[in-house]
Amino acid sequence: MESSFYLIQLLNGIQYGFLLFLLASGLTLIFGIMGIINLAHGAFYMIGAYLCYWLTGITGNLFTGILLAIPLSILFGYAVERLAISHLYKRDHLYQVLLTYALILIANELQSIFWGNDVHSVPIPELLKGAIQLTDNQAYPIYRLFISAACVVIAIAMYWVIQKTRLGMTIRAGASNREMVQALGININWLFAIVFSMGATLAALAGMLAAPVNTVYPGIGDNILIISFVVVVIGGIGSIKGAFIGALLIGLADTFGKVLLPEMASMVVYALMAAVLFWRPQGLFGKV
Amino acid sequence: MHTVTRPIIIFLCICLVMLLLFPAVGSPFYTELVTRIMILSIFTISLDLLIGFTGLVSFGHAAFFGIGAYLLAILFNDVEHINYWWSLTLTLSMTGMAALVIGWLSIRTSGIYFIMLTLAFAQMCFYFFFESPHFGGDDGIFLMNKPEIMLGSRQLVDLENEHHYYYFVLAWLVGVYLFLSMILRAPFGHVLIAIKANEQRVRALGYSTPHYKLVSFVIAGTIAGLAGFLEAAHTSFVTPAYLGWHESGMAIMMVILGGMGTLFGPVIGTFIVVLLQDFLPGFTEHWKLIMGGIIIGVVLFLPNGVAGLIYSLTNRLSSKSKEAGREHV
Repeated sequence: MESSFYLIQLLNGIQYGFLLFLLASGLTLIFGIMGIINLAHGAFYMIGAYLCYWLTGITGNLFTGILLAIPLSILFGYAVERLAISHLYKRDHLYQVLLTYALILIANELQSIFWGNDVHSVPIPELLKGAIQLTDNQAYPIYRLFISAACVVIAIAMYWVIQKTRLGMTIRAGASNREMVQALGININWLFAIVFSMGATLAALAGMLAAPVNTVYPGIGDNILIISFVVVVIGGIGSIKGAFIGALLIGLADTFGKVLLPEMASMVVYALMAAVLFWRPQGLFGKV
Repeated sequence: MHTVTRPIIIFLCICLVMLLLFPAVGSPFYTELVTRIMILSIFTISLDLLIGFTGLVSFGHAAFFGIGAYLLAILFNDVEHINYWWSLTLTLSMTGMAALVIGWLSIRTSGIYFIMLTLAFAQMCFYFFFESPHFGGDDGIFLMNKPEIMLGSRQLVDLENEHHYYYFVLAWLVGVYLFLSMILRAPFGHVLIAIKANEQRVRALGYSTPHYKLVSFVIAGTIAGLAGFLEAAHTSFVTPAYLGWHESGMAIMMVILGGMGTLFGPVIGTFIVVLLQDFLPGFTEHWKLIMGGIIIGVVLFLPNGVAGLIYSLTNRLSSKSKEAGREHV
């Protein structure tokens, strides 16, 4: 096989990794700061994809669809945190698992009530429709490049917020020592609400960006949920840098696994995680 | 940690009598359903040994259920007369070996990392069967003949007979329950319970906690394999879905919903969840909405699951129960 083929796979792997990063960064923050094992994270991805499908259908344009869907996702994440999650901060992890599992059931059912159980596709806007010709018979779609670019922009914006702003400082402090942040008089409820709705919005955003390439179907969130957890654990809980490295590793391992070892492709990702945890039980960038 | 008080023993005896009498009044459909629930209960009880007593939250327990089922289907696929005792021994010892390997690799980590590592191994097993062309792939695999339970040359239980199988599974469920309560009453069980409460202190007392955790993991895995074996012998059909994370997740739900840290809680949880899954879809198309609502209700209002509710009810009924002979179960 020629090099352009591998280039395409490399680009696909990176693009998948970037998408996973959007999901995993929110998940790792919710984990690290709030101590919540949020199984409902995949549900936000699903809701993002469906909101994108719905609003793009109404407005006729993907960009306005996404712009309208973002505030809705923020609101939705905030509402879930206030109504359900906030009751559980002092409870055992297992009850959080149980509650967020119930939220998945409810979200999936609401999706089937509002949008039905059909598979939908979201049209790629004219502007991004073409493909870049690499060789005579191999081309790379521009929309996938757009996804990668959008993820990079979001990642840089996140980096800026977390490293350079006061809010980011509080978040970083919360991730390393929650009790101390509380003791310093920072309103932890407010911080939790912001972190949770931010994470939910990032997950929804990943769903929106992926909607035109992956189509929108019931159960879309369940499949990506476990992979996001794998990324978080490989990177180390609470570490955004770890989530980034972990997401790229998984994205590339999954893509190349499918090409090079098709008969055991799905095992590659989990074998990678087991190997990393065997070598470093706390993840690549996790604290002991 | 709960103690089994006299009212609880009476409650369990009533439940047992009801289960014994059920086939006489229940329709064949429900007899079969309750058989399935009892098989799943064996599975969830074994998970409770890990979650509720040892403090190891395994998110991959379904792997052993599936391995037990697959081993029976693969090893005895072409055998015409499957000897029950022989197939059971072989299946359970191999499932136990699998649990030993996965457990040995997993107990090095703790907390959320343990959860994820057990999940990773279970997913690897899942995809191994899902993508393997030899073992049926995603279609699953059929078991041509059911095991025959012989004692000498006489057939002891006819597995084709729905009532026979019902009582057979019930006997296994009671046996597993008694076995686990015996283990937990023994010094070994006390160490497990202590590990859940404070592992560091137990280690400081000179116990090698990894060994205790590993033995607990192997026992739980083997019993889960038994449940898988019973299920495969019941339905004669095994699918990779048995090993999926949905199945592991569902088992955790049943344990927490019923009340972890009690051996009867998971059984109650299994009954509630499976019966709701059976009953609600006839009620409304969007039954999962109600299911989710019920789970949230339990989380918010019944902090110790349904078993916790039963405890507080019986304690209120008889305040004397505190003086009654306390036993750990």
